[in-house]
Amino acid sequence: MRYEAPLTTPEAVELLASSRGRVHILAGGTDLIVRMKGGFIEPDVVIDIKRIKDMHVIRKTAAGTSIGAATSCGVMGRHQALKKAWPGVVEAANLIGSDQVQGRCTMTGNLCNASPAADSVPALIAADAQVLIIGPKGERRLPVEKLATGPGKTSLKKGELVAAIELPPRKTRSADAYLRFTPRTEMDIAVVSAAVNLTIDRKNIITAARVALGAVATTAIRVPAAEKALIGNTLDEATLAAVAKACSAACKPINDKRGTVEYRTRVAGVLAKRAAQAAWTRAGGKA
Amino acid sequence: MTQLVNTNINGDTIGFACEADETLLDALRNRVGLKGVKEGCGTGDCGACSVILDGTLVCSCLVLGMEVEGRKVETVEGLSKGAELHTLQTKFIEHAALQCGICTPGFLMAAKALLKNNPDPTEEEIRYALAGNLCRCTGYDKIVRAVQATATELREA
Repeated sequence: MRYEAPLTTPEAVELLASSRGRVHILAGGTDLIVRMKGGFIEPDVVIDIKRIKDMHVIRKTAAGTSIGAATSCGVMGRHQALKKAWPGVVEAANLIGSDQVQGRCTMTGNLCNASPAADSVPALIAADAQVLIIGPKGERRLPVEKLATGPGKTSLKKGELVAAIELPPRKTRSADAYLRFTPRTEMDIAVVSAAVNLTIDRKNIITAARVALGAVATTAIRVPAAEKALIGNTLDEATLAAVAKACSAACKPINDKRGTVEYRTRVAGVLAKRAAQAAWTRAGGKA
Repeated sequence: MTQLVNTNINGDTIGFACEADETLLDALRNRVGLKGVKEGCGTGDCGACSVILDGTLVCSCLVLGMEVEGRKVETVEGLSKGAELHTLQTKFIEHAALQCGICTPGFLMAAKALLKNNPDPTEEEIRYALAGNLCRCTGYDKIVRAVQATATELREA
């Protein structure tokens, strides 16, 4: 195996395009190195992107907020402006692993690892985030929900890497929230998770909403029917019941030791309701 | 492909040879001879291999040796000043916060990282900060007491 640590993004893209064999990008390494050591992958080349300064930057842009691909989730949790604008995205990122893992793991890695139970992904889908992809043919942008195509699979083409995650500008009276269910409080993988991002007007009517679920399908999924149930309504019992029903109906989970199909389907609705309530309260909503 | 890695470990400038796919954990133990860094799970779950890398607590089993070129690494061996133990070490002994001892270096480094950022943590904050460290002898309560006692002593110092 060869280890490369380029100093610029063009160098990384060039290395990625020109390297033969199995090439992997290393950011936090909390998934990659585990898979290497477990013998699941045998890279010929590992390209460490952490020496690239741009990859660590969280900055405001004309299009919103850009989070560099090598930004650790721990750094996000200490970024007050980001926490204030996107509390749901940051709480999702901060639920991944221990302090040791937080110091290394990245949301971009979480996205590209393409686990259906990835914590930050439903929050990013609800936030309407997109990824900035750089490859041999230049830059392109993709909504986050189009990146993972199945467990461990992404739509990235050969030679492409994700350089940043971009969040849209934050409107007033808007907020997001993320909740997951795990048997333990820490160091666990989501059995079910839900993220809600909404905007309300002065009359407490929801004017925009995005809802996403994790660990109930082969990828994290957006739930348009739950969004429809929110938009145009206030957050009353009827609205919450409709959100829960739509979310449960959207589930296509697996049965495994962490949860049955029936359990995951029911809990998805419950978590979506609670996430909607949390986002509503954060946005300043009053019943 | 073996390569020379130049780094700073516990304040000393050190160079070690390292394979591209070798973890920092293996490099520290086998190349540098710092056996205080323990391997428990090797998958980032147990925290026995915890070290502080450029001020950030990490599992050295999830870091490649080559990544630490030009960086600063702190291990349990750097805690004491000669024969004088660090307050954390003294308090761990006083509170009997260890049984078999294999998790202790990791707990000490995690506690050091916690107290640097938060000199007056609540019990809950301590338990969350140490959630990435597993003790197979289940001695968590004494460990939490030792960290609390250290925090008190360091604040009064």
